[in-house]
Amino acid sequence: MSEIPLPHSAKRVVPWWLLRHETMLALILLVALIVLGYLNNRFLTLDNLLNQGRLTTEVGLIALPMTFIIITGGIDLSVGSIVGLCAILLGYSWKVFGFPLPLAICFSLLVGAAAGFLNGIVITRVKVPPLIMTIATLALYRGLAEGISQARSVRGYPEWFYFIGQDNLFGVPAQLWLLLISIVVAAIVLDRTTFGRTLYAIGNNETAARFSGLPVDRVKLIIYTLSGFMAGLSACVLVSRVTTTRSDMGMGYELDVIAAVVLGGTSIFGGVGTIWGTVVGLAMIQLLKNGLALTGVKGDATIVVIGTVLILSTLVASSLQRRREGV
Amino acid sequence: MTTVTLAGAEVDLRRRLKVLASQEALLAIAVIGLAIAVGLYNPRFLAARNLSDVLLGNAYIAVAAVGMSMVIISGNIDISVGALIGVLATISGTLAVNGAPIVVAWLAALVVGILVMALQGVIIAYLRIPAIVVTLGMLSILKGGLISVTGGKWITDLPDSFHLADIELLGVLPFPVFLMILATILAALWMRYSASGRAIYAVGGNAEAARLCGISQPRTIVMVFALHGLFAGAAALLYATQLRVIQSTVPPNLELTIITASVVGGVSILGGVGTVVGSTLAAVLIAEIASALVFIDVSPYWIRAVQGVLILVTVIADILRRRRMAGA
Repeated sequence: MSEIPLPHSAKRVVPWWLLRHETMLALILLVALIVLGYLNNRFLTLDNLLNQGRLTTEVGLIALPMTFIIITGGIDLSVGSIVGLCAILLGYSWKVFGFPLPLAICFSLLVGAAAGFLNGIVITRVKVPPLIMTIATLALYRGLAEGISQARSVRGYPEWFYFIGQDNLFGVPAQLWLLLISIVVAAIVLDRTTFGRTLYAIGNNETAARFSGLPVDRVKLIIYTLSGFMAGLSACVLVSRVTTTRSDMGMGYELDVIAAVVLGGTSIFGGVGTIWGTVVGLAMIQLLKNGLALTGVKGDATIVVIGTVLILSTLVASSLQRRREGV
Repeated sequence: MTTVTLAGAEVDLRRRLKVLASQEALLAIAVIGLAIAVGLYNPRFLAARNLSDVLLGNAYIAVAAVGMSMVIISGNIDISVGALIGVLATISGTLAVNGAPIVVAWLAALVVGILVMALQGVIIAYLRIPAIVVTLGMLSILKGGLISVTGGKWITDLPDSFHLADIELLGVLPFPVFLMILATILAALWMRYSASGRAIYAVGGNAEAARLCGISQPRTIVMVFALHGLFAGAAALLYATQLRVIQSTVPPNLELTIITASVVGGVSILGGVGTVVGSTLAAVLIAEIASALVFIDVSPYWIRAVQGVLILVTVIADILRRRRMAGA
């Protein structure tokens, strides 16, 4: 790659919107869809695509607040462990404490929010870097899940509970509605509210945001709490889909979530990113997994692909950004 | 060592020495105190057999934590090391089983370890991608790659001479413990007294100041990662040779245990501060706690929660202590 800057006249040959990360990604997604559909005729069917939507919901629900967090220049590595902890507490409070199931669901959502709140409060008050704080709670929350469950699983939930994870509503998987509504809300919040714009301000220059009188700490506290809450929600959907709770649930989710967000064009350095990008990133990762599986690649090999995609997409994004800035 | 300096500077130095020494001293006291306390509750904990098993089984974590400490002191992080240890153990074992000379099998783990980590160092330092993204990606590449290549099969029928961990120096000192102590001392001396060792602290403490002093930040980071790979290779050999088989998995979240050892050992997560003596003591402490849980009739499933609390408390204490020092 040459470092010689292009002459000014050559710079705008391609329209700017085509060079946007999301547009390029959507084009790649389209090509990938066609190629995978060509390779396997079971891939491009409505049933399969809807089913992939069902499978991506758990990661997708967490990817939305993760987009907020990464835009502020933070990160949350504990989300997979929060899923595990919430799943365990859902089963445990229902079976052992004898909570009615609706109460158990609320309890597990509350625990998720509390777990995220703990991340947020230490990050904002004690000023522990988010990376380190959430590595610590990645160990802590998973440890609590293992300790509480003692490696025992809980099964046998009432039939109505499986609706959200397994049934259809108007011909579309029930949890996909949940994801779609969350996406729309998240996109509006990020794009059209003061709160959303504050996230970009924090990511671009936190000190400047602080001096502009923006409630930086409160906003951060809210997004980390939200991240925990959504991880709790994701846990409920997951338990409803797979009908059992185990302490290793959600293990490795942080990889899928961060890969989707970063692939979607959200800069890991903060300040840049959109919900639409994350949605395309999510679709990309899920379809990649599914497409590879249908063409006979085993599950373990697909995480190799996701890891590679994560590193390469960050490389491309950062070199594009550097070129744009003319460095 | 005598210091002939101005009184103010001497007090300052002494205060700093005290702060630095406290973490290691504290850990040493914790290691001994815990042993006594658990021993009083259940004397079987203090049986020589149990104590040496604890050390033998976890020496590889301490060795890996030496490299991890360097990485964290330089202001980076690595979460791929657990998966890498699994890959290196498998590579070495496969070579040994297929008739390669044992020394070649051992060296392969070290060389591949250095290469993989140096590659990550290059991407982090020269292409300026955050360490967390690179190592998270590498974690999944290594983990997924290992399982899909081996199909989860165990390696058995390893030649007897392959088992490094069986060697006892002078008939008493098991090799893993010897290597743990040797790696810690060598790394500690090198980091304390050599220019390239000090450069790690400089880069992690204040990258801009280091650059102005003529220290190349990218080169230092690549060096740190290459060394980290070397220690990971050594750790992989200890891990691979302590049992008669090599499983194609490592303990889940092994990287977390290694990071915990470094951080609890006093390596500041903000970079620039810490010693490998602390991280080795912390690795021993963590292993001791895991074993102690069994002897005080607490389910071992709580071990990761205990680790989480340990790392959380140390990190918060570290930040608060720094803030107080900055404020004083």
